[in-house]
Amino acid sequence: MLEIRSLSKTFSMGSINEKLAVDEVDLTLEAGEFVTVIGGNGAGKSTLLNCIAGVYEPDKGSIVLDGMDITYWPEYKRSQYIGRVFQDPLKGTAFDMTIEENLAMAYAKGKPHGLQWGIRKADLALFREHLARLGLGLENRMKQKVGLLSGGQRQALTLLMATIVKPKLLLLDEHTAALDPSAARQVLYLTKELVEQHQLCTLMVTHNMKAALEYGTRTIMMHDGRIILDISGEERRKMTVDKLIELFGRRSGQELDNDRLLLG
Amino acid sequence: MSLLALQGSLELGIIYAIMALGVFISFRTLNMPDLTVDSSFTLGAAVSAMLCTMGHPFLALPAAMVAGWLAGNVTALLYTKLKIQPLLAGILVMLGLYSINLRVMANRANIPLLNQPTVFNSLQGTPVEAQTHWLLPLVLLLAVILLLYLFLQTRFGLVLRATGDNDQMVRAVGVNTNITILFGLGLANTLVALSGAMIAQYQSFADISMGVGMVIIGLASVIIGEVLFGTSSLLRRLLAVVLGAMLYRLVIAIALHLGMPPTDLKLVSAIIVTIALSSPVIKEGLMSRQKRSRSYAHKEVKDNAGNP
Ligand SMILES: Nc1ncnc2c1ncn2[C@@H]1O[C@H](COP(=O)(O)OP(=O)(O)OP(=O)(O)O)[C@@H](O)[C@H]1O
Ligand SMILES: [Mg+2]
Repeated sequence: MLEIRSLSKTFSMGSINEKLAVDEVDLTLEAGEFVTVIGGNGAGKSTLLNCIAGVYEPDKGSIVLDGMDITYWPEYKRSQYIGRVFQDPLKGTAFDMTIEENLAMAYAKGKPHGLQWGIRKADLALFREHLARLGLGLENRMKQKVGLLSGGQRQALTLLMATIVKPKLLLLDEHTAALDPSAARQVLYLTKELVEQHQLCTLMVTHNMKAALEYGTRTIMMHDGRIILDISGEERRKMTVDKLIELFGRRSGQELDNDRLLLG
Repeated sequence: MSLLALQGSLELGIIYAIMALGVFISFRTLNMPDLTVDSSFTLGAAVSAMLCTMGHPFLALPAAMVAGWLAGNVTALLYTKLKIQPLLAGILVMLGLYSINLRVMANRANIPLLNQPTVFNSLQGTPVEAQTHWLLPLVLLLAVILLLYLFLQTRFGLVLRATGDNDQMVRAVGVNTNITILFGLGLANTLVALSGAMIAQYQSFADISMGVGMVIIGLASVIIGEVLFGTSSLLRRLLAVVLGAMLYRLVIAIALHLGMPPTDLKLVSAIIVTIALSSPVIKEGLMSRQKRSRSYAHKEVKDNAGNP
């Protein structure tokens, strides 16, 4: 479904701050594969996801999504096929607009944006049904502005917005890192539900080592812009957090260092 | 203040409200400080006045709107394509338009329309003859409000509003924010130019400097409206802008009536907007001072209680 070939991205090329953030990364995701991504601070996880999403243009390499070479497509264009949830809960929604208006915009993804009525009656019933499934009571607050929601509620809403039109690829960049533990757990659970229900091809960056092994079907570890570990199947089922940290030390020659790291 | 002066300022308020709605589009829905307004207002007035002198007062209105649309588009392109900061892009277009406005006015700084046909005197002989000076602007304003209200709820209207809130999110739902900004600034300056076109015909002249400070007046109207009438729903926001614009005119009229020299008008506008813009800071400052003095009071009580 997703094929990344020798992808590289350097920041501030040619200056003293030059930083090779993604270094010759090769990565192939099959349809329905749910990959968790871990790694230390500055390993290049966000940069990799941002290159896939089109926020940054890579220096070289190619990104092919479902047969389309999207490497140099503008961000908005590939968003038709990619759903995203950001770390910052403020980034995924328009805070001064209502829940239903936000959902309507997400639901119009890939459709023409003209003078059609923004929210149709039939859509409202659908939105209500989807919101009810989140189990947060948002279905009764559809006319309220998103600015009134908590961080966890917003991330749940953003998750729904990212998947309400089934994307070919779902990108989650530490989307629970800004939440308190119970909200984080809830959003993580919702993620799993939505991904499994729609069989979504997913890349999820997480700082939570246990979640990285518990959720998804495959785990990759990044260091210095490279993928230094890629496990799935039996090997992954047997993996523990301790062994993972030890493996990281052996492959990178460094201690795993991430200020948001959660081991348990 | 005489009833006539009061009525006059309300009529002006109605026409300026159309401009304020344009400023609302750029400042609030796009969250962009668009200074094009000062010159697109004059542009609208200039186009309108010239077409009046050629005998086409009604054609003058759509022509002014097209001119305003293009001016807004240029600012948008400077920002989205050439990556010039919005504030600077607006100033550049404002500067450039000054020369263009002079050209439109055939290199005159002033075009009087005293004995020319305008939309206001061309309905002579009809039953509304005596009412045109408030009826025409009102009909136009109501049409603008209605169309904006409907438009901002369409699919494109929704993403236009979201662009100012969170442009990243708009791109994430597959919409090109360059397009929403191009359209949004076009629309904003279309309304501004329409307002300028009406003012020129209402006052029977166009002047090269009539747009100076217009963006501040628009902003004042938007903020006064928001503070006094709230922002809870879309319709309320639009009506708040209109009421804000009329109230602003009224305040100015009263100030003039009380003896303020007309040359101080711009200073007063600047002060009003400064106060309105800083109101959140002022409010917060007052509240924290209250809190502090309250906690001092607590402390004293406690200290006293500790004393034998
Ligand atoms: N916009 C940018 N401009 C310059 N350098 C950047 C930019 N974004 C990231 N970098 C640098 O690229 C490297 C990789 O950053 P990236 O954000 O991808 O790391 P990460 O794996 O997501 O880390 P974290 O766990 O802290 O989020 C870092 O050294 C970072 O300083
Ligand atoms: Mg990151």
